[in-house]
Amino acid sequence: MTNHWNDLKHADVLMIIGANPAENHPISFRWILKALEKGGKLISVDPRFTRTSQMANVYGQLRSGTDIPFIGGMINYILENELYHKEYVAAYTNAAYIIEDTYSFEDGMFSGYDKDKRSYDKTKWAFKKDEEGKTLQDPTLKDPNCVFQLMKKHFSRYDIDTVIGVTGTAKETYLDICKTYASTGEVGKAGTILYAMGGTQHTVGTQNIRSYAILQLLLGNIGIQGGGVNALRGESNVQGSTDFGLLYDNVPGYMQVPTTAETDFTYQGFLDRITPKEGYWVNKPKFYTSMLKSFYGDNATKGNDFGYDYLPKLSAGRNYSFMRLFDAMYRKELEGLLLFGSNPAVGGPNAGKEIESLSNLKWMVAVDLFETETSSFWQKEAGADPASIQTEVIFLPASSSFEKEGSVTNSGRWMQYRWQAIKPKGESKADLEIVHMLARKLKDMYKNSSNPADMPMKAMTWDYGESDHPDIDLVCREINGYDMKTKQQVKIFGDLKDDGSTCSGNWIYCGFYPENENLAKRRDSTDEGMSNFLNWSFAWPANRRILYNRASADLNGKAWSKDRVGIEWNALEGKWKGHDVPDFVVTKGPDDPTFIDPFIMMAGGKGAIFASINEGPLPEHYEPYENPMKNSFSSVQLNPAVQFGEEEMNAQGDVSKYPIVATTYRLSEHWQSGAMTRSQEWLAELVPHMFVEISEELASEKGIKNKDKIVVSSARGEIEAYAMVTKRFKPYKLKEKTVHHIGMPWHFGYKGIVTGGSANRLTPHIGDANSTIPEYKAFLCDVRRAK
Amino acid sequence: MEMTRRQFLKISGAVAATLAVIELGFDEKGAQAKSKEFKIAELKPTPTICPYCAVGCGILVYSKGDDVVYTEGDPDHPINEGSLCSKGTTVRQVYTSEKRITKPLYRAPGADKWEEVDWDFALDKVAKNIKETRDRTFIHKENGLTVNRTDSIAYLGGAALDNEECHLLQKLFRAGLGLTFIEHQARI
Repeated sequence: MTNHWNDLKHADVLMIIGANPAENHPISFRWILKALEKGGKLISVDPRFTRTSQMANVYGQLRSGTDIPFIGGMINYILENELYHKEYVAAYTNAAYIIEDTYSFEDGMFSGYDKDKRSYDKTKWAFKKDEEGKTLQDPTLKDPNCVFQLMKKHFSRYDIDTVIGVTGTAKETYLDICKTYASTGEVGKAGTILYAMGGTQHTVGTQNIRSYAILQLLLGNIGIQGGGVNALRGESNVQGSTDFGLLYDNVPGYMQVPTTAETDFTYQGFLDRITPKEGYWVNKPKFYTSMLKSFYGDNATKGNDFGYDYLPKLSAGRNYSFMRLFDAMYRKELEGLLLFGSNPAVGGPNAGKEIESLSNLKWMVAVDLFETETSSFWQKEAGADPASIQTEVIFLPASSSFEKEGSVTNSGRWMQYRWQAIKPKGESKADLEIVHMLARKLKDMYKNSSNPADMPMKAMTWDYGESDHPDIDLVCREINGYDMKTKQQVKIFGDLKDDGSTCSGNWIYCGFYPENENLAKRRDSTDEGMSNFLNWSFAWPANRRILYNRASADLNGKAWSKDRVGIEWNALEGKWKGHDVPDFVVTKGPDDPTFIDPFIMMAGGKGAIFASINEGPLPEHYEPYENPMKNSFSSVQLNPAVQFGEEEMNAQGDVSKYPIVATTYRLSEHWQSGAMTRSQEWLAELVPHMFVEISEELASEKGIKNKDKIVVSSARGEIEAYAMVTKRFKPYKLKEKTVHHIGMPWHFGYKGIVTGGSANRLTPHIGDANSTIPEYKAFLCDVRRAK
Repeated sequence: MEMTRRQFLKISGAVAATLAVIELGFDEKGAQAKSKEFKIAELKPTPTICPYCAVGCGILVYSKGDDVVYTEGDPDHPINEGSLCSKGTTVRQVYTSEKRITKPLYRAPGADKWEEVDWDFALDKVAKNIKETRDRTFIHKENGLTVNRTDSIAYLGGAALDNEECHLLQKLFRAGLGLTFIEHQARI
């Protein structure tokens, strides 16, 4: 989230799209309701009429996979009617930037496409520079090649009738939503967008979110209290685990992993590749070197490029993400799999095929609280023949969150400490202890090696105490970082150095442990203004609660809204002051030419309406991999930059055989793959069965009654479930035809107190062109009564 | 890591928070005086954060000896102010559930059931498997370039773990062992 949960109460209009916080983030709804109590308006956009929709002023029905037409139409409405925040757009976004003449867009395709590689040459969409290398701009926004005009032209094709013919939204409702949300473009108003996996889990997932960001930039809604683009994170520490680099292409703090590309042969070459020339990321070498020092300590020296070569280098151009990992397992290229609280047999796409791949492993280690469908994939109840599966499986029992101590980072980036309430159950151990014991054991096994290949293990420091139980305080101190010589904690990431004199495990967290206080443990709930709770826990970066908060003030540094002061320029004192930690050099005044550059992480400091990602610089609609209709916006059906994985893993269904659009979702009473919640008595009793929601119209066509057992089938497999005949789904009236849409929870599997069919046996093994997140949220299926 | 009430009061900081904490029985004198009236005063409350979604609600866990007696929403927490959803309310059962695995388990190749093993056995197996596969598949140099990686072991998970755990896992598996397939729930 750019903002945080309490801040939702400051919004004038909230648009929730691809999320259902009333059921999936129930307590967040307290703050949404507070906004409504003050006269705020709530818009809910979803394929299904959810409990969030029930509380909304307007509900917009949207076919799964059509966010870009929906938002694109809103952008067009705002531009045509000049309802955007003019000063903000001109000064704080890249609307004025001029684009190279090589940019073009025709029939769904941008210039520079390579058909064989399914990728674009992004230099064709570059910003035009003058001789000094400065980006050319037209502050009047009239140049036909400026971002504003190109955007206007691009989205002019998203007229209301074409849009609703694709999304299936009723016209009056759609116009109402356009009008209501556009009202936040007025100076001083605040609109917020809340999204979750309904937005991201698509072949165009990244562009869906880009479309929300463009809308928010046009309306001046980023950086302000009550605004923002807010991802509702679904797991207690999915924010933290992402921050800490548990992804193939990220080390901690959103920095790159080296590859075998020529640029990365040397540390300097690598740093040159990953360090932009402008914006706050120019400091990246300081963060990277400090991180290497946290990995290798005194073994990282200037002479050995701070241990750069100890880091693994990815094969250049290879994608190692989740689905490609299972592709490799399917091809028997993987021998071992370590699972720390992960259950892909229920949570992975095309789960049937992924389970099949598991038996290709030589060994598996599962660290969990409960036996999961993944760790027991070899059992008879999984439908397997144990004798034929040669995988050795070791299950290590983990202790739960209050049987240990440590911090988690919530959706609003608050790093909150959890104290230990009770000793671990039985012989279970904290994951921290397990990884500590394992690392010590492995280090011991390598200690006498002189093989150069073992140097990374030998060089890696592991100074968290000599007992089996690690000293977590030492881990925390290392994450924050300290001066290598004096061992004094570093106060803030601005003090990190690229000469090896400081370490920091994760620069964005640097500052949570200055001096001798772990700020994640703070419990002062005093609201000192705008509900930012600056003394409660710690928010990264630098305890800042609203990102890009410079944009909450106008060009002169005065708050756009008297009632929503984030930070303001105080001319008397010569510094930024207010209710938040400024996202800006605190003394940077109007005399500085970059005073109006709020987006500090971007080169140029402007919000990116135009941003070059894999399928283009502006969001364009392509249909999901499995879809019920021809693309209305071009002759290009699928996102042209989507990459395909192992063919065997990814059967594709056709509308003639699978005519029904399907999506998946979560329930209040269960969580993720259900490993935790289906193993508890009360939650199991509350929602004991797998079910599928189908409309009354579809039920009557198929002769299905409420509570009938039905079979749902897709090109990947089929599952049995109870039918829940509901008014929450309605048939979709699209341009050429009417289609049915169903939905189902994905929490079920064959372990636990309550069991049921896994929805992910139906979902496709294809993903977004940038993030490779699977397209769980839109696929085709059919339903029939079970015999 | 046990925390004394005094330490807790110290970390809890400002007066407003402290007052609320005293009401919950952190004040030793107050707790003594009220102990005859309230059974809760005999219990040790420990603040935690809900393990489910990322709203990050505060929960107080009341324990006594080896038992979690009950849990409730943390009234001092600025986000939930004492309220909880169905999952947060029932968090005690994460501890009490009979389905919890409390001993390391081992499944030999081809076997049709788990056997209980001790930690030494289990961790030795894990370490040996990792080392054996890594050493055999490790690519130290490729076309003259030092690449220090193995593409034959994969790591998955982390979204339900603590930050400190994520830090150490990432450090061991990437910076130490050279894994490339490091992924978790954020991707999917």
